[in-house]
Amino acid sequence: MKIAFKLNGIRQEVDCLPDRRVVDLLREELGYTGTKEACGSGECGACTILVDGVSKLSCLMLAAQLQGRSITTSEGMSLGKKLHPIQQAFVDKGAVQCGFCSPGMLMATVDFLQRNPAPDRQQIRAALSGNLCRCTGYQKIIDAVERAAAEMRDEL
Amino acid sequence: MSQVFLPHTLDELWTKKQENPAALIMAGGTDLLVKIRDRKLPPAVILGLENIAELRQIEQQDEEICIGSMVTHQQLLDSPIIQTQLPVLHQAVAVLGSPPIRHMGTIGGNICTASPAGDTLPPLYVLNAGLELKNAAASRLLLIKDFIRGPGQTLLSSNEILYKIRIPIPAPHSPGFYFKVGQRKALAISIISMACLLQLAEDNRILDGRFAWGSTGPTVMRFPEVENTLIGEKLSPIVLGKLGQSMAALVSPISDIRASAEYRRLLVSKLPLKIWQSHFSSLSAASGHGD
Repeated sequence: MKIAFKLNGIRQEVDCLPDRRVVDLLREELGYTGTKEACGSGECGACTILVDGVSKLSCLMLAAQLQGRSITTSEGMSLGKKLHPIQQAFVDKGAVQCGFCSPGMLMATVDFLQRNPAPDRQQIRAALSGNLCRCTGYQKIIDAVERAAAEMRDEL
Repeated sequence: MSQVFLPHTLDELWTKKQENPAALIMAGGTDLLVKIRDRKLPPAVILGLENIAELRQIEQQDEEICIGSMVTHQQLLDSPIIQTQLPVLHQAVAVLGSPPIRHMGTIGGNICTASPAGDTLPPLYVLNAGLELKNAAASRLLLIKDFIRGPGQTLLSSNEILYKIRIPIPAPHSPGFYFKVGQRKALAISIISMACLLQLAEDNRILDGRFAWGSTGPTVMRFPEVENTLIGEKLSPIVLGKLGQSMAALVSPISDIRASAEYRRLLVSKLPLKIWQSHFSSLSAASGHGD
């Protein structure tokens, strides 16, 4: 089946099985390995991507569902060589340990800060409640999101 | 390999379904795709409903609110109609799953999955929700309590889809409550959940009180004979405590990996007390005399 969609702003046309999971299509056919898989059942958030700007789980989506959509993965965040402010905040605040949950955390944060540009820490916790960090580095991640939100509001 | 079709209209859907009678209907996919992957369902042609625009509307009519079956939990959460008219449903979707699950999962999917722990079900039971089912030729309307027969079992025929959820708008002064006890706050399958819809007179006398329990038996449970004892009583911790005890004697919870039957029964006896605290803290916040 031919499927046409945008990936990080670039038009793609792939020929693949319609029931191929999106996470497998991204990683194995297109080589976009930023998106991770851990639980495969929607509980951990490692495979979070943006579909038309909304955070969704690529392990629970089929390739056919991408037709006509615009997808963003962590590879599509940076602006040329300059990191996205959310990525920069994760680096500056030490919000990355093993790094496996980071792409999903970043994607969930992009969606959340669009909805709520000035969140408090409790709201950040709730917004990232679908993303597990097995290193348990949650405090630093919340610090980073707080920092990124302020940066993006131009308050720093 | 299975074929996947995402029709844009109902007519297109019925044609595809006729050509592929064994096709599985997919709403948000958050349960279905996990079951297929775990081999709990055989691989089959998948018919997804996500591109059918008429299934994605929330409308307020004269006496009822109509919710299309493909409305996502996030859409419910963001809807001023749901927030103001159906707070009991709004509270439940706020604690359902996680943000990405709420962006994908739908109210129709939650109903047709018919899990005893489904978060939208207890609110829909106290709201006496009607379900409009449709096939290529006709539609029919069933109450949710008649539609769901057991865990994962409903009266949906293989040639039908759930089209709309029709909810009578509650009378004025009808506060709603949803409480869920889980092992963690996000993505927790509930150990117990309780939805309550009260109708109160000016002096807090109860005109009507409905309680529905999730994860206490094979389907959501209500106990109209106990609910009826509330009518005419003034809302108080004593009345709510007695009600909890009566209902705890009637539920039929099981012991499983999440909790023991004894613990669940204890929760049933105590959870109604939270209504007292919740109701009066929301009232004082609304009148500006909050602490």
